[in-house]
Formats: sequence, C-alpha cells, structure tokens
Amino acid sequence: MSAARSRTAMRGRGAGRDKSQKPDPVVAGVRWLDERLGVAKGGRVLLDKIFPDHWSFLLGEIALYSLVVLIATGIFLSLYFVPSAQDIIYHGVYAPLRGSKVSAAFASTVNLSFGVRSGLVIRQMHHWAADVFVGAIAVHMCRIFFTGAYRKPRELNWMIGITLLILALTNGFIGYSLPDDLVSGTGLRIMFSIVLSIPIVGSYLATFLFGGNFPGDGSIIPRLFIVHVLVVPLIILGLVGAHLGLLVRQKHTQFPGHGRTEKNVVGSPMYPTFIAKTTGFLFVTTGVLWALGGLAQINPIWQFGQYEPYKISYAVQPDWYMGWLDGALRIMPPISWTLWGHTIPLVVFFPAVLFPGICFNLFFAWPFVEAKVTGDRSEHNLLDRPRDKPKRTAIGVAALTFFFTLFAASSTDVLANYFKISLNEVLWFFRFAVFIVPSIAGVFTYYLCREMTGVPGIGRRKRAVVITRSAQGEYESVETAPRPGDGQEELTPTPVPDRIELDGELEPVEAAGSGVRRIPRRL
Amino acid sequence: MSDDLDVVTGPDVATGNGAAAGVPLAKFDDPHLLPYAKNPRRAEMLIGVILLIGLAGFAAYGGLYWVGGQAQWEGVFGGVGFFAFGFGLSAWGKYLLPQGPFVEERHNLASSEAEVGAMAAAIEDRGKMVFRRRGFLGTILGAGAGVMGVVIAFPLIRSLGPQPKKTFDTTDWSPNAYLVDLDGRRIHQADLEVGGALTVFPEGYAGSSVNQTMLVRAENTDIVTLPGRETWGPKGYLAYSKMCTHAGCPVGLYEELTQQLLCPCHQSLFDVKTGANPVFGPAPRPLPQLPLKIDSRGFLRAQAGYDQPVGPGFWERS
Repeated sequence: MSAARSRTAMRGRGAGRDKSQKPDPVVAGVRWLDERLGVAKGGRVLLDKIFPDHWSFLLGEIALYSLVVLIATGIFLSLYFVPSAQDIIYHGVYAPLRGSKVSAAFASTVNLSFGVRSGLVIRQMHHWAADVFVGAIAVHMCRIFFTGAYRKPRELNWMIGITLLILALTNGFIGYSLPDDLVSGTGLRIMFSIVLSIPIVGSYLATFLFGGNFPGDGSIIPRLFIVHVLVVPLIILGLVGAHLGLLVRQKHTQFPGHGRTEKNVVGSPMYPTFIAKTTGFLFVTTGVLWALGGLAQINPIWQFGQYEPYKISYAVQPDWYMGWLDGALRIMPPISWTLWGHTIPLVVFFPAVLFPGICFNLFFAWPFVEAKVTGDRSEHNLLDRPRDKPKRTAIGVAALTFFFTLFAASSTDVLANYFKISLNEVLWFFRFAVFIVPSIAGVFTYYLCREMTGVPGIGRRKRAVVITRSAQGEYESVETAPRPGDGQEELTPTPVPDRIELDGELEPVEAAGSGVRRIPRRL
Repeated sequence: MSDDLDVVTGPDVATGNGAAAGVPLAKFDDPHLLPYAKNPRRAEMLIGVILLIGLAGFAAYGGLYWVGGQAQWEGVFGGVGFFAFGFGLSAWGKYLLPQGPFVEERHNLASSEAEVGAMAAAIEDRGKMVFRRRGFLGTILGAGAGVMGVVIAFPLIRSLGPQPKKTFDTTDWSPNAYLVDLDGRRIHQADLEVGGALTVFPEGYAGSSVNQTMLVRAENTDIVTLPGRETWGPKGYLAYSKMCTHAGCPVGLYEELTQQLLCPCHQSLFDVKTGANPVFGPAPRPLPQLPLKIDSRGFLRAQAGYDQPVGPGFWERS
C-alpha cells in the first residue's frame, strides 16, 4: 500500500510545509484568495454545506433554473425587440404580413421569430420558462406550506417567497403584454379598466400610466418594457439572493429520520455531490424548456394579429397563472355601488384588486396566524408530514381547490361549448362551486389525514408474509426477510471528513460486497 | 509515521462541518463515501453513454444552425443535448459520488439575552441621544422627509400622463356625425341586411377606441328599445357603444338568432332589442345607446352623442 506516501503528500498539500515540493496550484489559488478575502474558513463551510435529499426539495430548484433560462433567453430577445407602439408598414420576412400596418413592437416580435436563426425557439422557450417559473414557485410554495417549513425561524423567507410569487405573476403578465398582439392588447385593456376601477385615484392613475384614455399615447409599451427587463428582474434577483442567503444562514429543513434531529442537518455535501446533481438539474430543466420551445407552439402572435382596440377574438384567455383572477372577474355578480354621486365598480374592483390583495396578505400573515392559533412559538427544523397536521393540510387543500375552481371558471365559455350546456348554467355552477367544492375538499382532507395518522406504519413498505400449513393443518404466518434496501442497513450520519484517503484499489464494490447499503429516504 | 496521522486536523485547520475537533481522515472504503450504485462500473458506462448522447445533441444543434436551422429540430437537438448532458451529470452525482449520510450541526441563531439587550439598548440610547432636547430638529426632519416623499412622487407619477379631466365622460360622437366603417366609408341605410352587424365610428375617428360603436340591424321597421328612445332606432338600426361596461373589452360578437351581443372577455351578454340590457354575466350596466337618424340621402347619422359615459365604471362617474 502506498497509503503512507500519499498521506505525507496530502499533508504537505494541506499545510504547505514542504518547501522543496512544487507548490500545488490549488493550494496556491486558495492561499491567494484567502490572503485577500479569507475564504478558507467560510468557503470550507460552504463546501461542506449539507443538502437533505428529498425529491420535493427540487421544486424550488426548478423555479431557480427557470429564472436562469428566463434571464438568458430574455437578454437574447431584448437585442431584437423594439419596444415601440409606433405604426410601421411591415416589410419583414413573414410574407402574409407584408404591406400591413403594424406596430414596431409587433413587427419586431414577428421578425425575431422568423428572421433570426433560433429566434423562434428562444422566444417560445422564454414564454414556456415564464409559465414553468410561476408553476414551480407555486408547487414549491405548496411543499413549504404542507410540511410546515415556514415556521419559526423561517417566516421571513416565506414572506420573501410570497413577494417573489407576486413579482413573477406581475412580470409574466407584463411580458405577454409587450408584443402588442391581439391577446396582449386585450389584457392591457382589461388592466386599464382594473386600474380605472380603483376608488378616488383610479382615473388619474390610469391616464398617468397609459398617457391618456386607453389605448393612450403609445407610451405604455416602452414603459412596460423597462419594468419588464430592468425594474422587476432587479428586484427578483435581489430577493432570490436574499432567499438563498437566508437558506444558507438558517440551513435546510429536513424530514425526520435516522440520526436526524432539530439540531442537525443530514444529507449530502455541497461539494462535490450536490453541485454535480444540481448543475445536472439546471441542464435538465434547460433541456425540457428548450424542447418545449422548439416543439410546443406558444403565443403565435402572427395568428392573433396586431392589436386594434375594436378587435376581439373568441375564447380570449390569459396565461395560466392569471386564470384565477380572470375566473374571479367572470363569476363576480354585477355589483356596482353608487355613493354620494360616485361610482365604485365593485364588479371589477373586488375580484381584480381587493381579492388578490386579501389573498396575498393572508399568505404573508399565515406563519404568524398559525403560531398565534396553535401557540407554538418554538423553532422548527424538522418538517411535518402533511397527514400529521390534518387542520393545516385541510386548509391548504381547501385553498388550492378554491384557486383551481377559480382557474376553471376562467374557461366558462370553453366548458359550455365542450359539454354542450348553457353558459348561464356554467356560470351559476361556478358561483356556488367556488365556495362549496373547497369546503368539501377541506373536510374530506381533514378526515382522510386523521384516518391516515391512525394507521400504524402507513407509508412504509410492507414486508410479504408467507403462510404455511403444517401437516396437522396448523397455519403459520412468517414475515419474509427484509429485501435489500429495506432499512436494515442505514448508516449513521457522520461529519464530512476533512481528508479522504484516495489511494488503494478503487473497486469498493467488490471490497464491500455490495453497493446497497442505504434505504430509500423514508419520511 | 505514527498513528496520529489519522487525525490530521488541529485547532488551526478549518472544518466546515461544525465539529469541535477535527474529523478523522476517511478511508476510501468508508461506506459513507461508497457509490450509491449497486454496480458502479455499469453506472459509469451508462453515464458515459448518456453524456455522449448529450454531446451528440449539442453537435447536431450546432450543425443544424450551420445549415440554416429549423425550429422543431432545433428544439429536439438542443433539448436532447441539454437534457442528456444534465441527466448524466445528475446521475454522476447521485450514483457515483459520496452520498453520506453526512451530518452538519446547527448553531443557535439566537444570541444570549445580554447580547439582545445590548443591541436594543444601543439603538434606543443612541437614538434618544440624537433627539435629546432637540425634538424640534426631529420635527423639522420628519416634516422635510414627508414633503420630500410627496414631491418626489410628482415626477415619478404625475409626469407620466395627462389628468383624466372629462376624457372618460365624453366621446367624439356629435350631433349629425356620419357613421363610417373602419375604412372611413359612410354607412347607407341599404348597407346592412336584417341580422347584420358592423363596427362603426364617427366620421374622422375610424379605428379609435372610445368611439367604437356596434351597429346592428334587428328588423326592417323602427324599433323602440326603451321609453324615451322612440326615434333612436330608425328602420331597425340600433347602435350601441362597443366598449363593455364591465372591463372595457369590445363587445364584438353578435348572435343574430337571439339578437344578443356577447363580450368574449368575461361572457357578458346584452339584449339588443331592450336597450342592450345585460341579461347575463358580470356587466353591471346596459351598453349606452347612440340615437340614430337617417338623413334625406339615406345615410346613417347620429342624432346626438352618447347620453352617458361609455365603457367600464370609474369613481367620477355619477
């Protein structure tokens, strides 16, 4: 064995005592940085940071990597997009449009789709990435909610997350408003009416933002553009930095398990295991978005055509994440108050301004509400299983069902057509369903969770039982031996070693007999 | 060399895992460092193949770009490239690299009571020192900050656009205005069949948003939609504002059979023959009706402008 030699070498590397040896470039590099930034201590903490392994922890990563794709593809798009509502006669590469009067924004979007190589793929990738971004944030938020990860000390990070969700929704809406096609113009028309509906300041805000009564003096597109590519992304990046910074500072939560306590984190280290897995996941996310961008058409604005204020198309639907607000607008009863000679168009103001305001404020307040109700103000680093907290899970399921019902209500016309029933009935169905369905779902979830907690060993893999009958006719049941990976061989967690002996035969499988030594992560 | 080599760390060596003393040198066959894969050789092979597929995807994308590109194949090649490359890398991390389980201790985030008290005291005492017997300075500072906040809002918000004034109350429809279509052509009484519909504007404003008006011909005789509107619907022509009273979308769909106007945005339905009364959906008000007349040469003209603001509701609307 050459272990002794190697240890000496490694020792020399680590401490750098042996001047006769050629300086190790890694040691030299670390030293250079350390003498200027002091990275050796803190950096080592970062390299050793432990990431618990559970599939649900990937959801936030999907959001993060969609954001990376959004920024990369967005920079590409901004090189070609012309944020201007000015009318031009189209002379670009898309033949069916030649000679017609369109806005510079619309023309440049068509041109970057057809006249720039890979432009269409990257534009559609950007749109898909936005849809996935919001979706991933939403499911990530569900994970945090149902496992109680927002509890002390992580309330601040929950609130940052909610803010990120709001910003993602906002920037998504602004993004598909930019190309000045029929769908985006219709969205802006509705947005104008929503701003207009705000009591007292609404009409002022609306004309200020749009530069006059709708569609305004053409300034809304350049304004939205700078909000879309600079203002909101800057805030998002800042908050994502804070989100991850808090995550490092407070360390990850983890599910209960062998060797896992409130006082530690068990998993695999940042370097090299997690870095490899997560970088791979970045590429996987990019690959899926890339394939979607190339294969799944999204927002074909040349089919919708240039926006004109008097044009409209059948089955106008916003992007999916705006569906719940669109549904709320649709099923709101026609209420408009007149007070002291003033109008409060509650039919728009409530579903589009007050309602989302209330929802997001409830989201923000939730960790504190829960702490107040349960009286539990202690620190929590171990996650809950959703079924162990029937009330919380029921509330979460009810809320999810509520939003999904609203989302479905944004397609009243499509549903009426598809099921060949009258629009009227569909509308009245949703006006009631939006309250009834979540109530049923919530109660059902509550009792389901209670039942599940009552069953011992639920969710665990069950061992097969062999029943034999003896010659005397006696029956005997014997549990079979545990299968490999059934939890008998789980290792006790150990700190990340400072040094790893790398010499020796790198055939650990034969040496150890089998590579199987760990159970699937149990909750 | 002696056995103390097994613990090589001392107080001067950083350990990231939070262990007080050093953590021993790990042997290569420490089970925490062993690959997760049952058969690492086979895993290596598979990962190699997957990474190669990724590499091939990238190369194919590059080649495709070189020869001119094609959206669907770009999606396939780029997608396969990134996906396989990422999958291989992730699998490398999961099946071949040390999985532990490793553990890291948490340190208390909270400080001691004394430290908390010291921090709070520092803020409080020094803050009081700032304003001690200088309350008037604080008042001026506060007032100044308030004025600054208000004044800064002027350029940020007020400069953006004009005041609304009467822009939401009025349209460009005036008495005797000719009805024209999108191309600016005047509408003659013979232009629409019964059951026909057309978007019209006042002459000179074709294509504008607030003036857009839905002209329908419901019957061949004069129609009275509501009391007081006896002369508004000559020869079955009825004109309503095309801006939905809900959220301002164009009420663009005319159902000839039921004689109803539908707004596609949120499915409000207006009954044409009873003054565009909302019969369904979220719209809170009827569409304003434009009084029409037919002049001596048979052209359609407005008797007057709309008698109320068009479009969605707003605070100043009475």
